[in-house]
Amino acid sequence: MWAYAIRRIIATIPVMGIVALFVFSLLYLAPGDPAAIIAGDQATPADVERIRASLGLDRPFLVRFLEWLWNVLNGDLGVSIFTNLPVAHMIKQRIEPTLSLMVLTLTFAISFAVPMGVVAAWKQGKWVDRLVMVVAVLGFSVPVFVVGYVLAYTFALQLDWFPVQGYTPITAGLGPWINNLALPAVALGSAFIALLARITRATMLEVLSQDYVRTAKAKGVDQKTILFVHGLKNAAVPIVTIIGLGFAGLIGGAVVTESVFAIPGVGRLVVDAILRRDYPVIQGVVLMFSFVYVIVNLGVDLLYTVFDPRIRY
Amino acid sequence: MSTTTMGITAAPDLGEVLPPRKQRGKIGMFIYRHPTIFVGGLLLFIILCIGVFAPLLFTTDPTALAPARRTRAPNAQYWFGTDMLGRDVYSRVLYGTRISLIVGFSVAVVASVVGMFIGLTSGFIRQVDAIVMRVMDGLQSIPGILLAIALMALTRASVENVIVAIAVTQVPPVSRLVRSVVLSLREQPYVEAAVAAGTRMPVIIIKHILPNTLAPVSVQATFICASAMLTEATLSFIGAGTPPIIPSWGNIMAEGRALWQVKPYIVFFPAAFLSVTVLAVNLLGDGLRDALDPRLAKRI
Repeated sequence: MWAYAIRRIIATIPVMGIVALFVFSLLYLAPGDPAAIIAGDQATPADVERIRASLGLDRPFLVRFLEWLWNVLNGDLGVSIFTNLPVAHMIKQRIEPTLSLMVLTLTFAISFAVPMGVVAAWKQGKWVDRLVMVVAVLGFSVPVFVVGYVLAYTFALQLDWFPVQGYTPITAGLGPWINNLALPAVALGSAFIALLARITRATMLEVLSQDYVRTAKAKGVDQKTILFVHGLKNAAVPIVTIIGLGFAGLIGGAVVTESVFAIPGVGRLVVDAILRRDYPVIQGVVLMFSFVYVIVNLGVDLLYTVFDPRIRY
Repeated sequence: MSTTTMGITAAPDLGEVLPPRKQRGKIGMFIYRHPTIFVGGLLLFIILCIGVFAPLLFTTDPTALAPARRTRAPNAQYWFGTDMLGRDVYSRVLYGTRISLIVGFSVAVVASVVGMFIGLTSGFIRQVDAIVMRVMDGLQSIPGILLAIALMALTRASVENVIVAIAVTQVPPVSRLVRSVVLSLREQPYVEAAVAAGTRMPVIIIKHILPNTLAPVSVQATFICASAMLTEATLSFIGAGTPPIIPSWGNIMAEGRALWQVKPYIVFFPAAFLSVTVLAVNLLGDGLRDALDPRLAKRI
């Protein structure tokens, strides 16, 4: 197992390298010459050239990339054009709400979608199954922010059960924290639930048609044990794979959800940065999220060995 | 009917034993066998008509400003109300149909064509395969919307750039799909036979491999179309998509955002249209997958 884990970890390094190259190219290709901006309107071409040399902007692409990569590895993501603050610092300030939203959404989505899929597979063709499939298709089709508005309008504005927007830090208590994040988490989770319920159902259908499930039924194992021990455990590998891959959609959805519910997280940061064309911030956030995404999928790969000890490649 | 000869009863006609079979025409049979294709296709056709015939459907100029009549609730004259600049939301939503459809279809076509080219190349040429697939790994490791945001930040806002930015995020899955089909087809006896018979590589690719990738790719393309429409709306909603002067559903919702608590209809109508359109395309995709790729249908 350790050999497998080490091999998987090493395999992510080239992927991260390529991601870094893409993200660096983003800033490299960004319109606007930083040297000219710093030099100001009065500067002569010679001044601009001097500033460019002092910033090291005249060196070849590869040299600049490696230097940037070294800085990133040391936790330096550059400086925001707009606020002049280090990007790493800005992200750190905003990470808690985003992290909270993600964790709550994942917990909520998995604890809903997986049982939904299991029940749908168990009652295949019955009304429960059809209902789950309808919910799944709808979840794919309605954009996250629309779900957000519908929820906010119904449960916050009309019924006044939850706050309309904003964020309460977890240090202010678990109750207010969950209360504030409940609607955003449901909105963000809608598409994820659809995806996960569908995959769970499909995988469970396949597992439930296996011979050992028939044997278990024949010897009188009760339904719950068949579904959750014989069934779900063997369906776990595709399910966690989709959880990992679906994480990308979750990140994209978080950016929008934070805008709808005015949550001061990393998603808001990047939306504000787009409007101001603050390239270092956009670059830093994209890099950070891609890194998280790769790490999550690495974690999923490592989880395989827990669910299926036969996996040893 | 049953005639008795020497005490033996002849078998009754089948018509008496079996329940009468419902007679369906060709179209009826198609609807019966593929209800999702029918429903999705019909919805999509209606939406397509709305987009094409938007000028004829009692719309006015979707960009005409009229501050005097701003933020009217839906009424007999302004069916979906007016926005904060007094523009007719009904006209804007109907014209917005065009943007969504154009973006959805274009992204699906561009991503499929590019993805097929990359997939075929990397499936056949080993040296290219290793490099191209690592690049695809990298591209796929950047969450789609963020990649599109980053690409949009680099260029000026235009519908073409939105299409390119979204297509880039959709190329890796298509090329991966095509590559996997190519890898399994390459080992098929009929391809080996063609190679043994001295058929040239380009002919093998075009005549024997390409047609077999069309079914899975067209299923994938339908889902790409749906997801591209959602992404376009999302990008426009956060201000990184279609330029604000063009009425797209995402833009209308972005403009309604400031007022959604008091004037929810500005967000509601484009949201409803977008959801129904995406639903139609998704239904079509589900149906196509069941019809064209039964093996895949069992999986998902």
